[in-house]
Amino acid sequence: MTTRIVLTVAALTLQEAARRRVLRSLAVMTVILLSLSAWGFARLDAEFGTLTSGEARLAASTVLNLVMFGLSLIAALGTAFLAGPTMAGEIESGTALAVLARPIRRSAVLLGKWLGLVVFASGFVAVAGLAQLVIVRVTMDYWPPAPVTGLVLLAAQSTVLLTLGLLLSTVISPMASGIVAVGLFGATWIAGVVGGVGHALGNEGVERVGAVSRVLLPTDGLWRGAMHAIQHPALGAGLPQGFDGHPFLSDSPLTIAYVAWSCLWLGLILALAAIAFHRRDL
Amino acid sequence: MTPRAEAAGRLLAELPPAPAAWCSGLRKRYRRRLAVDDVSFAVGRGEVVGLLGPNGAGKTTVIKILLGLVRPDAGEVLLLGRPARDPRARARVGYLPELFRYQPWLTAAEVLRLHVRLAGVAVPDGERRECLAAVGLADRAGDRVGGFSKGMQQRLGLAVALVARPDLVVLDEPTSALDPIGRADVRDLLLSLRDRQVAVLLNSHLIGEVERVCDRVVILDKGRVAASGTLAELLGGREVRLRLSEVSAAAEARLAAAGRLIRTGDEFAVELPAGHDPAQGPDTVPDLVADLVALGVRVHAVEPGRISLEERLLDILRTGPGGDHR
Repeated sequence: MTTRIVLTVAALTLQEAARRRVLRSLAVMTVILLSLSAWGFARLDAEFGTLTSGEARLAASTVLNLVMFGLSLIAALGTAFLAGPTMAGEIESGTALAVLARPIRRSAVLLGKWLGLVVFASGFVAVAGLAQLVIVRVTMDYWPPAPVTGLVLLAAQSTVLLTLGLLLSTVISPMASGIVAVGLFGATWIAGVVGGVGHALGNEGVERVGAVSRVLLPTDGLWRGAMHAIQHPALGAGLPQGFDGHPFLSDSPLTIAYVAWSCLWLGLILALAAIAFHRRDL
Repeated sequence: MTPRAEAAGRLLAELPPAPAAWCSGLRKRYRRRLAVDDVSFAVGRGEVVGLLGPNGAGKTTVIKILLGLVRPDAGEVLLLGRPARDPRARARVGYLPELFRYQPWLTAAEVLRLHVRLAGVAVPDGERRECLAAVGLADRAGDRVGGFSKGMQQRLGLAVALVARPDLVVLDEPTSALDPIGRADVRDLLLSLRDRQVAVLLNSHLIGEVERVCDRVVILDKGRVAASGTLAELLGGREVRLRLSEVSAAAEARLAAAGRLIRTGDEFAVELPAGHDPAQGPDTVPDLVADLVALGVRVHAVEPGRISLEERLLDILRTGPGGDHR
């Protein structure tokens, strides 16, 4: 019964994403980013003809991380601005009234929305990410060591952000929830960079900023894990001198504990969203 | 099954069915404002009940509490015999919200299919199409809702409320966006629901609409039930207005004997007893006139008068409930 409702709402959410303009704008942004990166990688190969093939791959790997960050930003923006309107917008417009007066639990509707958004975000990351990897393979002859792990972690990062967006959208207005979610995402990323600088300088206090923010909102931590899976293994063994604290390189893979925490975090936020939504007067 | 359980089952089956909707002691406070205060009423099976009252009386809040969309601070709700906390209580309830909006990216037919699926009933394609036809949207089934006018969206809302074979339909201002033809259509729809023994709770500002289709009326004012009862109970009897001259004391006593008398100069208004219909008791008015003439009164005019629901509503809202109508 509840499973049927969850799946129905998930399918509806996917249908909404497919039929609304957000998908088209997402597709346009992605195509622009992919073509720019294809052109850039092709130039990189042509301009730096003097590099050894190993050096070229290292360069490709670093730039790939940068481009992947752009991709994850698109996924984050896209899903956060999809998650906000889908709950708060429906409550504001009145669409939710007729739906929630049906013999269904609000938590089932919320879970359905979440599932639909996760499928959408993961689908986007899989298609666009894979396209990007193929572009780098063709232009620079570089293939990441763990592409699947990288893409899964990128999808997980989007999932974390859209879950946060969903929680926010049960309590504040649609636009505000999207903006706050993206703002927090940016803040965590910057905190991660600051933490990296602190690590490079050996300043524990500053380093802790990154660590704490990564626990509070796991987007940056998952992103670093994704980078590690995508970048050249030579970089993974330990960053070369002068690369300490580089925002687009990661020096260590994710720990099991961190992945477990991310899952727990998702469950907690989803449960909070369900409680907030259940208590809300429509 | 043991014989005792069987007997208990038989006993339960013989009980009259629970009311379509029942609420008791509903209370809801929004910050400082008490929106709903100790509201209790019931909608019987197959009964059409009108919810009336001025703006801000709490009608929509009461409806939302019934449907589990707003959590009451106190009070109990049963829908079709089940506590409203249980979502299954709404399995056979249809609802048209005051703020009607449907997924603009779906077609009208897809909206109905979605609601049928959410309601957990199997309604064949043909029946869903009939439902759209009943609200005048047969030729727009494949069009996206985003392109619909307000009136068409409200018609779609009616179809959504009716599509899952409900036993109770809650309509919150169902004609607010409709033209006169649409309103007439809704009235016919309500009458057909009553014929099919579907209970209806109707919130409407159009008193004429309520008066024509409702069996009973609940009047809310400032969050409280100001009056409730059948139309006959609320409206009292009919009136007869007379313009007379040369009225003696005996004639006035004869008038007073016919019913409650209000005199303003030459004008006399006699309120005939409740439930009294001149069409059913044809002799009351002619007898009265004959007696008055016999008493030497000169009769200039005799007009039937009827207290309208509108007059009664305004009377209740201005002066407070009459007490005997609670």
